[in-house]
Amino acid sequence: MGDPLVFGILAIVAIVAALMMVTSRNAVHSALWLVLNFATIAVFYVVLNAPFIAMVQITVYAGAIMVLFLFVIMLLGAEQLRGTGVSSRGERFHQAVAALLGVMLITAVTLALMNREGAGGGTAVPTMPITSPQELGLILFETYVFPFEVTGVLLLAAIIGVAIFTLRKKRGTAV
Amino acid sequence: MEFTPPEINLLIVAPVLIIMAAGSLGMVIDLFMPDGKKGWAVWLAAIGLLLALAQNIALWNGNYETFIPQNGVAMVVMDNFAIFLNATFLLTGLLVIPLSRSYLQRTGLEKPEYYMLLLFSISGMMLMGMANDLILVFLALEVLSIPLYIMCGMLWPRPESEESAMKYFLLGAFSSAIFVFGIALVYGATTTTAIPLIFDAVAANGLNAMIVTGLAFLMVGAGFKVAAVPFHMWTPDVYEGAPTPVTAFMSVGAKIAGFAALLRVLMLALPQASGEWVTAVAVLSTLTLIIGNVVAIRQGNIKRMLAYSSIAHAGYILIAVAAAADNPSAGVSSALFYMFAYLFTNLGAFGMVIALERNYGEGNLLDDFKGLAKRHPWLSLAMAYFMLSLTGIPPTGGFSAKFYVFGAAIEAELYWLVLIGVITSVISGYYYLRVVYLMYMFDGEGQLITGRALQFAVFVMAISTLVLGLFPEGLFNLTAEATLSATRLLAGG
Repeated sequence: MGDPLVFGILAIVAIVAALMMVTSRNAVHSALWLVLNFATIAVFYVVLNAPFIAMVQITVYAGAIMVLFLFVIMLLGAEQLRGTGVSSRGERFHQAVAALLGVMLITAVTLALMNREGAGGGTAVPTMPITSPQELGLILFETYVFPFEVTGVLLLAAIIGVAIFTLRKKRGTAV
Repeated sequence: MEFTPPEINLLIVAPVLIIMAAGSLGMVIDLFMPDGKKGWAVWLAAIGLLLALAQNIALWNGNYETFIPQNGVAMVVMDNFAIFLNATFLLTGLLVIPLSRSYLQRTGLEKPEYYMLLLFSISGMMLMGMANDLILVFLALEVLSIPLYIMCGMLWPRPESEESAMKYFLLGAFSSAIFVFGIALVYGATTTTAIPLIFDAVAANGLNAMIVTGLAFLMVGAGFKVAAVPFHMWTPDVYEGAPTPVTAFMSVGAKIAGFAALLRVLMLALPQASGEWVTAVAVLSTLTLIIGNVVAIRQGNIKRMLAYSSIAHAGYILIAVAAAADNPSAGVSSALFYMFAYLFTNLGAFGMVIALERNYGEGNLLDDFKGLAKRHPWLSLAMAYFMLSLTGIPPTGGFSAKFYVFGAAIEAELYWLVLIGVITSVISGYYYLRVVYLMYMFDGEGQLITGRALQFAVFVMAISTLVLGLFPEGLFNLTAEATLSATRLLAGG
C-alpha cells in the first residue's frame, strides 16, 4: 500500500484530529476536527486504490452528516461543554486506569501487527481495486446481496426507534 | 464485467424472512388501524413466529446453504445447529408475548411497535446462528441490538428506563466497534471474512499474532452481549431499568445469540486456535461464575438479583464452550442443551416478576415475595420450581443442563472448572432458595396481577422444565444432532 511516508503523515494527522475531537471542550471545534479526520480517512481510501469509496466518504460523511451535526449543535446552542473541567480524585483514578489499559491495548495491537508472519503472510491487499461504482455494485449484489438486504431491516428498525423517541414527546404521553 | 447472480434459495432463509416480513407488515397495518385497537399486533407477531417455526422445523437435517456466490462459499448456512438455535429464539418470542401483554397494558406501553421491534430483534438473533461470514455476524449483532436499545427506553418518561437504554446503547455501540476491529484484524491476516475461508487460511499458513489479537477482540465483543465478567458492568442497571418483559427477553435471547456467534467463530473459523482461546474462555468462565453468584447474594431487588443470576449462567455456558475445545461435540451440544433449558426456567422466573410488579418499579423487591404462597399457591409453586431449576437441583431442566455441561467438561479434563462450577452452584442456592423461603414462611401483602395468557405461559414453562428434568434424553439427542453438522463442517474444512 502506497508510500510508507504518505501513510505515516496521514496516520499522524488522523490520530491528532481524533484526539482533538475527543478532548476539545467546544462542540463546534470537535465537529470540525471530525471533518478533518473523515477527510484523512478518505485519502487513505485513495491510497488503497478505492477512489469511489473515498468520494463517498467525503460527500456522505465529511459533507452531509457533518453539516447536520453542526446544524444540530448550533440550533441547540450546545457549543460549550458545561462543568469546570476539574476532576475529583476518584475520577482521576479512573482516568489513570483507563489510560493504562488504553496504552496496553495499543501496545498489544501494535505488536500483533508487527508480527504477522504465518497466515496470509501480510496485510490484506484488495485482490482487485474497487475503482468504479460498477465494481462496487457487482460485489454488493454478487457476494454480499444478503447482508445488503439485512442492512435494510437494520435501518428500518433504527427509523422506528427515532419515531418512537421523538413523537412521544410531542404527544406528551408515554408510547 | 459481467453480473453473475449468486445461487439463491429463499425457502432456506424463509424463517428469517417471515419474521422480518411480519415486522414490516405490522408497521404498515398500524397506519390504517384506529388508535384504540391494538390486539391485532399480538396475533400478527404470534402467527409470524409460528409460521417461521414450522418452516424452520421443516428444514431439519437438510444442511442447506444459500446465497452462494461464484467462489462457492455460502453466505448463509442452515445446518441443524442454526435450526436448533432458530427454534430456541422463536420459542423465546412466543413465550415473551404472553408475558408482555398485561404488563404493557398496565404501564400504557401497549403499542404495535413493541411487538414489531421484538420480531426484528428475533430476526437478528436467528441470523447470528445462520451466518457463515463475519460481516453477516456483525450485521446480525446490530439487527438484534438496535431494537433492544429502543425497547429498553420505551417506558418514557421514567428516568431509569432512559438510563437503561442509554447505558445499553453506549456500551453496546462500543462493544460492536471492538467486534468490528476484531473482524478487521482477522481480515487483515487472512484476506477474507468468510468463516470457512478463514479456517482454510489458518490451516494453510498457521496462526499468527494478528489473528489471535483479532480473535481476542471478537471474544470481547461477544462477551459484552452474553454479559461475561469483566464485560458485565452494564447488566444490572440495564436489566433493572428496562421494562420487565424486555429484561426477560434480553436475558434469554441476546445471551443465546451471543453464544451462537461465539460458537460459530470459535468452532468453525478458528478451531486451530483452540489452544489460545480455551484458556481465555476458562478464565472468563471462572470470573463470571464467582462474581455473578457472589454479588447476586447481596441484591435486594429481584430484577438485579436475576441480572447477576443471568451473568452467572453465562459462566456455566462458558464452561461448555471451554469444553468444546477438546471435545467439540459434547461441548457444543451441552451448551445448546443448557441454553434451551435456561430459556424456560429464566423466562418462567421473569414471568412471576412481571406478575408481581404493580406499577413500574413497584413490587420489585425480594420482600414483596413474602406470603405469596398463601394467596397464589400454584404460581408460587411454579416460582419455587423455577428457583430450584436455576440452582440445579433434580428433577429440573436446570439440573439436567448442568449435568451435561459438567460431564462434557470432565471429559475435556477441565476438572478445576467443574469444581468452581459446583461450588458456585451451591452458593447460588442461597439466594435462589431465599425467594422460596420468603414466599412460604412469611406473611405479606404481595398480590400477583396475572392474565390468563401469563398463567398459561408460566404453566407451560414449568411443565417444560419438569419434562427436561425427567426425560432429558430426547432433547439431548436433538442437540447432539445439532452439533454433528457443525463438527462435520469442521472435519471437512
